[in-house]
Order: sequence, then C-alpha cells, then structure tokens
Amino acid sequence: MRDASHRRRHVIREIVRVIVPTRASLFITCLNDTLFPQTGRAVVTLLERLGLAVDFPREQTCCGQMHFNTGYAQEAIGLVRRFVEAFADAELIVSPSASCVAMVRDAYPQLARRSGDPALVAAVDRLLPRVLELTELLIDTLGVQDVGAHFPHRVAYHPTCHSLRALRLGERPLTLLRAVGGIDLVPLPGAEQCCGFGGTFAVKNADTSVAMLSDKMRAVLDTGAEVIAAADNSCLMQIGGGLQRQRAGVRAMHVAEILASD
Amino acid sequence: MTPSEHPSFPVAARTALADTQLRHNLAHATHSIRDKRAAVVAELPDWEQLREAGRGLKERVMRHLDDHLLEFEAAVTAAGGTVHWARDGEACNRIVADIVAAQGVDEVVKVKSLTTEETELNQALARRGIRAWETDLAQLIIQLADDQPSHVLVPAIHKNRTQIRDLFRARLPDAPADLTDDPERLVQVARAHLRRLFLEAKVGISGANFGIAETGTVCVVESEGNGRMCTTLPEVLISVMGIEKVVPAWQDLEVFLALLPRSSTAERMNPYTSLWTGVCDGDGPREFHLVLLDNGRTNVLADQVGRQALYCIRCSACLNVCPVYERTGGHAYDSVYPGPIGAILTPLLSDLRDHRSLPYASSLCGACYEVCPVKINIPEVLVHLRDRVTSEPPPDRHGARGRVDPERLAMQAVARVFASRRAYESAQRAARRGQGPFVRNGSVRQLPGPLGAWTSARDLPPVAPQSFRDWWRSTHPENG
Repeated sequence: MRDASHRRRHVIREIVRVIVPTRASLFITCLNDTLFPQTGRAVVTLLERLGLAVDFPREQTCCGQMHFNTGYAQEAIGLVRRFVEAFADAELIVSPSASCVAMVRDAYPQLARRSGDPALVAAVDRLLPRVLELTELLIDTLGVQDVGAHFPHRVAYHPTCHSLRALRLGERPLTLLRAVGGIDLVPLPGAEQCCGFGGTFAVKNADTSVAMLSDKMRAVLDTGAEVIAAADNSCLMQIGGGLQRQRAGVRAMHVAEILASD
Repeated sequence: MTPSEHPSFPVAARTALADTQLRHNLAHATHSIRDKRAAVVAELPDWEQLREAGRGLKERVMRHLDDHLLEFEAAVTAAGGTVHWARDGEACNRIVADIVAAQGVDEVVKVKSLTTEETELNQALARRGIRAWETDLAQLIIQLADDQPSHVLVPAIHKNRTQIRDLFRARLPDAPADLTDDPERLVQVARAHLRRLFLEAKVGISGANFGIAETGTVCVVESEGNGRMCTTLPEVLISVMGIEKVVPAWQDLEVFLALLPRSSTAERMNPYTSLWTGVCDGDGPREFHLVLLDNGRTNVLADQVGRQALYCIRCSACLNVCPVYERTGGHAYDSVYPGPIGAILTPLLSDLRDHRSLPYASSLCGACYEVCPVKINIPEVLVHLRDRVTSEPPPDRHGARGRVDPERLAMQAVARVFASRRAYESAQRAARRGQGPFVRNGSVRQLPGPLGAWTSARDLPPVAPQSFRDWWRSTHPENG
C-alpha cells in the first residue's frame, strides 16, 4: 500500500515537473523597484516557496506606461524596445502589477506597429503570450489556490481598474486571499470604482482625483479593515497615501505580501 | 474662440467639486441610473453580441457614409421632404431661422436635441426674434433657469426637486403659489404650460436619433411624449440631423432600439419611438425640412482612431458610470457633450487646441468602454488625443504657439533615464540621497513643483533605503 502511494507520488511529481514551468523572470516594474521593494521580495519568496526558479533580468527599467498614457507614445516606443530586449530570453515573465501587464498586453502591439519596425512587431508578438500578472501565474499556470500563507488580519480587497477591466483578473486574487489561513476577508463596497489614481491624472487633475480617493477611503474605513490589498502598488500608493495622510491606521499591502506571509 | 475663453478642466471642475448639493444630486442620480442599467442589461444573454452588432453596423456606415447620405436624401425628397446641407452650425441655424421666418411666426416648439444645442440654435433664433420653447421637462427646467445642460440625457441632473419647485414658482406664470416639490405636482404644472404651446405652435423643431437611408425615414426616441407632439401637431417640421446618424435600413433599428433604451434610461423599451417619412396629406406636418449637419464630423471621420466617436448613439451610459463625471458634473466639460464621450467628441468636433485639457479629464479607468453599447473604446481615443496634444506645444499666455513645454522636457528626460540601466540606477541613488529634506517620519509629505499636487492630500512613500534590484543582487549573487 505504502509502495503504491509512493509510486503515485513519484509519477505525479514527474508530471508536474514536465508540464509546469520551472522558471520565471520577474518584471518588478520601476515603481515597485524604487518605492515598494517589499512587494518584489514577497513575490520572490512566494514563487521560490512554490518551487519556481526566479531570475531577474537586470537590464529592465520601465514598461513606458506613464509616457504612453500621458501622450508621449514616441518616448514609450523606446521603452517597448528596451523591455523586449531585456526579456528576450525569458521563458515566462511575471509581474506584480496589473496596470504594467495591461500596458504590455494592450499597448505594446500598437506601439510596435507604430514604430514601423517589423522586427519589433514580431518580437512583441512572441513576447505577449509569455507575460503574466502574478495571480494569473498562480491560478492559471501553476494551478494553486492555497499558497500556504497565514495572515490573521481583517483585509479588504480593491480590484484595481486594470485588474478588473483590462486584464479581467476576476476572482483570481480573491480566490488566493480566501485560502490564506487566519484571514478575515471583508467585502469592499463600491469595489469596482476607480480610486482616482490614473497615473498623471492624480497630479494633473488633483482635485478630482482626491474627490474620488475620499470616497474610496470612506468605503475602506467602513469595512473596519486593518489592511487594504490590491494587485497593483500604483493604486495602493494613492489609497495608502490618502489613508496615511489622515493617520487612518489602515495599511496598504500588495496581495503578494499577504500571500508570502507565514 | 481663443484658448483663454475655455477654462481648463481642472480649474472648471473645482467649482463643482466644492458644491456639496451638486455632489449629492449627481452621486444619487448617477448611481441610481447605473444600477438600473446594469439590471436591465443583465436580462439579455446576448448583450455582448448586440454591442458587437451595433459597433459593426456603425463601422460599415462610416465606410460608406457618402453613399448612405445620398440615398437618404433621395428618399426624403421622394417622400415630399426638403433636404438642406449645412457645413457648420452657423449655416444650420441660418437655414432653420429662414424656414421659421418664412412662416411668419415668432414662436417654435422644440424636441430635446443635442445637435441643436451644439449649433446653439436657440440663441441664433432669438437673435432673429424667434422664441424657441423647449418641451422636454428637464430641458425646459434648464431653459427657465438660464442654465446649461449638464448631462446628455437628463440635462437637469444637477438639480433636485426642491430647486425645480423654486424655479417653477419664480419663472412659470401659471405655477400655483403653494406648489410643493412632489414630482407629480411639478409635472402637472409643466404639462399645463406645455399643452398651450403644443396647440398653438406652427413650427416644430427636432433632432434625430436615426435616419433610415432606404426609405428616408427619420426616427426620434423619447420618454415623455413631448417629442411626438412637436413632430405631429405643427404644420411645419424641421429636423436637424448629424450626418453620422444615418443607418442603411429599417432592420438596423432592431439592434439600436434594443441597445439605446437599456443603456440610456435603463428601460427595456422607451415609451415613444416616432418615425416619419416625408409628408403625408391630411396627417401631420404639411411641410418637412431635414437639415444634414457636418459641423466638424468629417474631420472626426478623417481621424483613424477618433472616428469611433461618431458611432455614439447619445445614450449617456458612459456619463453615468464615469467616476470623474459623477463628481464634477457636466459643466466642467464646457460643452454640450460632457462626460467621457464629451472628452473625446468635443476636441474632435471642434479644435483640439481649444480643449487641450479635456483628453486628460479621465483616470482611464475603462468603465465607459465597458458600458458603451456601440463599443467605443473611449480610453483608447483619450490616449490618442493626448498624443496629439503633446505633439503640439501649448500656447503661451499671449496665445502664441511654439513655447517649449516643461512637461515635455521632463517626460523626455525621464525617458532618457529609463533608456539606460546605469542612468536609471544612478537616478534611484540620487533620489534616495536628495529626498532627505522631504522625508518626515518615513513619509514624504510635501514636494515642490507639480508633484506638490500629489502631496497636497496624500503622503508618498520615500525611495526605499534598498531598492529591489539592490536586494536581489545581495541575495542572488549568482543571478545578479
């Protein structure tokens, strides 16, 4: 009997070894690299715990989202080229930012076409299927839901606009959070509403951005959560920055940091 | 118009953002329409296919717009109508005023029409001594208040019923002194006022939701029945239609009449759909004039990315879901087309240089694209217009072009930093060293320059003592 279960385990492990990717290249994003390195450390901890070999292509900088969205497509094209070259050898590219992944997925093809360089168009075509947002990698590719995390706190989850409407992450982050030990996951009223970040919108239209933020903060505070979580630190910079300014006593945390807790 | 006559969106928005009554009215109204729309849309299992069909039809119409318009003109003429072509708003207004003047009347009744708002027809008629009465309840409210519409569909969305009660008491001679803010009483007063106008008016003016090329039929969709009164009772009917409103065949209405009411008023079917073809002996107006209006539409058609703005069927679903519109209201957009669709349509129809801030009046959250019944990718057009804005330097204070734009210089400098790993890593180090004076208790609370707009209400995390890449190098030396 013990022999049979041993053989079964051996075969299953072998199957998993050959069908599940074993390596992932991390696209950290410039914002996380510079302002939120703890998110990057959490992603590495999490993926290595799940048995993946992580590498970090050092030539990477920024995906060009800010330039593209603010109307500087020409400048963004240079960054598309850079991204494609930095990750040319990557088997699989994972990033803990829904908006940067959406940038690559939605804007890179049109920027490549606009560059008039057929080689860049082809390189982007080859790149796209290999770029995954973190929760896509966990749920779809690795097939895990319970990553073995423990986080005994009350958490509200904000599905950022790019998670929700560009990448259509749907339930993925929530599925992962629900499986976290000890977590008290509470629903966020009006969750699908934008927090008001919007990149340079937060500065160019600061008053409107802050009006949107104050409604989001009210929703967060109403839940009594200690932590507001999301799959993108840019939106968390807005929500967390507002909460911090008010000394509200609520922490903003990337989903990866919760999933890496034990 | 010189650029200075249009306040920038961020400046114009401040008034609305500070008006607590307006914020409350808008939040209440948009959320309630938004929820109702979501419910009636969810009833249709083939909603996504309907949207695809709507977009597909509009795409094809635009590719052959010239043919459809000529076919439409021929059919209207054959049915006894007269077709006029107007290159711009001024021409349109002149045509309409001449027709009214020829009737020797000084009063006309109007169906709510965005197109005639766009051309400022009422003001043009007033200059010729003609009083145009709006007969849509909300549009009447706006007219009585000497206000501007703030919503495509519910122009008085920024007013609540108490404000309307006060307005009726002040401006409608037949309003009783004890009028309450009970919606039913308010409507009764408006009805009594409008009934007299319907029975007396010799000329009616309408817009058009659709023009059917194969038969020359014009279609107006409405909720209150005032439109039907205006299009049937007067002896002369004038309809002003944007050239993009033509559809090839009756069958196309099958798609649009399913998409429009659910998206706009959250109704399965709108109460009144009026369709008429030319004139008919002994029934309805004996004279029918159709004005086909360009007014910048051919320029929109020429813009490969922006062209999709012409697919708009004026449902206003994008306004109702927009988090920016919900808080600023329509007036900040400084146009008859507010909200997300206005942010693209206004600069496309007129001059982008006069509306440089409108494409930026969005957080690109994508809620508008998700609800648009004809799948106009509004965020895509916004970004496209932003690109057009930056490719032309902003005017200086005296209106002269060609100034060097500090934002452009900053963006180019940042792009150069991102273009090289070494430059990027040294910029990280420099920021870490230089941020000292701005960091208090682990937070950046006050920044100079444009970034001060961020710290006006939000803290910012400081540049981390150890960037991720430095941590990586120290922990994964084999893969650094």
